[in-house]
Amino acid sequence: MAKVLVVTSGKGGVGKTTSTAAIGAALAQAGQKVVVVDFDVGLRNLDLVLGAERRVVFDLINVVQGIAKLPQALIRDKRLENLWLLPASQTKDKDALTEEGVGRIIDELRGSCDWVLCDSPAGIERGAMLAMRYADEAIIVTNPEVSSVRDSDRIIGMLDSKTVRAEKGERVEKHVLIARYDAARAARGEMITIDDILEILATPLLGIIPESQDVLRASNVGSPVTLNSPSSAPARAYADATKRLLGETVPMMVPTERKGLMNLLRGRRAA
Amino acid sequence: MEPSVVEPTRQILRMRGRSYVAFVFAPVVPIVGWLEEIDATLARSPNFFVGKPVVLDLSAVDLSQSAITHLVKSIEQRNIRVLGVEGVDASHLDASLPPLLTGGRPCTLQPAQPEKRETKPQMTSLLLDSPVRSGQSIIFTDGDVTVLGSVSSGAEIVAGGSIHVYGTLRGRAMAGVNGNSNARIYCQRIEAELIAIDGYYQTAEELDASLRSKPAQAWLDGKIMRITPLN
Repeated sequence: MAKVLVVTSGKGGVGKTTSTAAIGAALAQAGQKVVVVDFDVGLRNLDLVLGAERRVVFDLINVVQGIAKLPQALIRDKRLENLWLLPASQTKDKDALTEEGVGRIIDELRGSCDWVLCDSPAGIERGAMLAMRYADEAIIVTNPEVSSVRDSDRIIGMLDSKTVRAEKGERVEKHVLIARYDAARAARGEMITIDDILEILATPLLGIIPESQDVLRASNVGSPVTLNSPSSAPARAYADATKRLLGETVPMMVPTERKGLMNLLRGRRAA
Repeated sequence: MEPSVVEPTRQILRMRGRSYVAFVFAPVVPIVGWLEEIDATLARSPNFFVGKPVVLDLSAVDLSQSAITHLVKSIEQRNIRVLGVEGVDASHLDASLPPLLTGGRPCTLQPAQPEKRETKPQMTSLLLDSPVRSGQSIIFTDGDVTVLGSVSSGAEIVAGGSIHVYGTLRGRAMAGVNGNSNARIYCQRIEAELIAIDGYYQTAEELDASLRSKPAQAWLDGKIMRITPLN
């Protein structure tokens, strides 16, 4: 049975799609069968980041409407045979998504892979609600700045109330992923600290991804950063985060400015 | 009671019949003693007769018109309104007295309960053992609210009693919403956006900088909100 994991944030532009692609690729490299689903109907990006934009025939809306079957819409990654993409529609809008249709697709995917990663759109409206509705786990991507943290808190509240799991009285397992962490600004005290973020969000930390040009380069060539430049700082941080997702204990490294010198901290986990 | 309905166009008085249930007082001799009984009931529950229609049944006593007038006055002095009188001869009543009623039928009344002493509403309390997230609104007018965790910015707690936050209060806290000005707000770290007790509020701007991020309690001193350190 697959685990359905939603990558969400509330705030836009924090790194959800980048993280979905990077972690999806890392999981596939670790031997897991992964399907990444783009829920951002009308503003799809996951296909670009994965380099599949020229192979999209059918999309999520087509499958919801019954026009296409799921295997017809799934696009296999050319580099990783365990990674599949279910793209969103670019021409329709979120109203075309129905709860029942999404439920059907998630159920079908559960039976045939190990991980279903749902790339949520920004906001708290229908698209974001449907992306999280059937989730078992959640990664809340947060930037170390106040508006992102408050929006993430809002989304965490919704994960605890608007999901099928929450309605049944079960818990959605949540992780915070701090992305676009700028070590230089942190050193100058210009960013909200990691401890403050974790204190406000009261959710375990999955990883800290540093701000880096490698991410932009990777998306420009249509490859997840973990595939494109696996030795770069963000790629290694994503790889560590993926290991933690799979249950391994990996010491948390706070990114620093100086390359090559890592401060090894004891595994930092919030309450 | 005969309500009349006046139609604007045709000025016809419509008379309708309707029956009501009234309480019947039947005075007995000695009247003074009977009035003392009424006083004793009023002492136990002063509002018992307020708003209740009362009819005097004078069949057990033989009173002259002036005596009836005196009796009705004594009763009305006790804030009991007499709707009508029965059991006497019409000649004993004049226009200044309540009208004569006939045709009354006995009916069962709900057993006269001596009005319960105004009991204070049962105060209960609500315990939340996880943080209150942004956008969540906790409304509990029946008593205190205790939060084992922080209250995020953009969240709000509305309580009829006091609010206790074992964590950081970053959102809005409104205590004593049912008019309870003794309610207080306690928290381990105060960074609230808005604090209100019984309608009197203070925003984050007005919060003393020296208090910020420290354990604090907020309480009402008359009409002034006082926020003092908790230690």
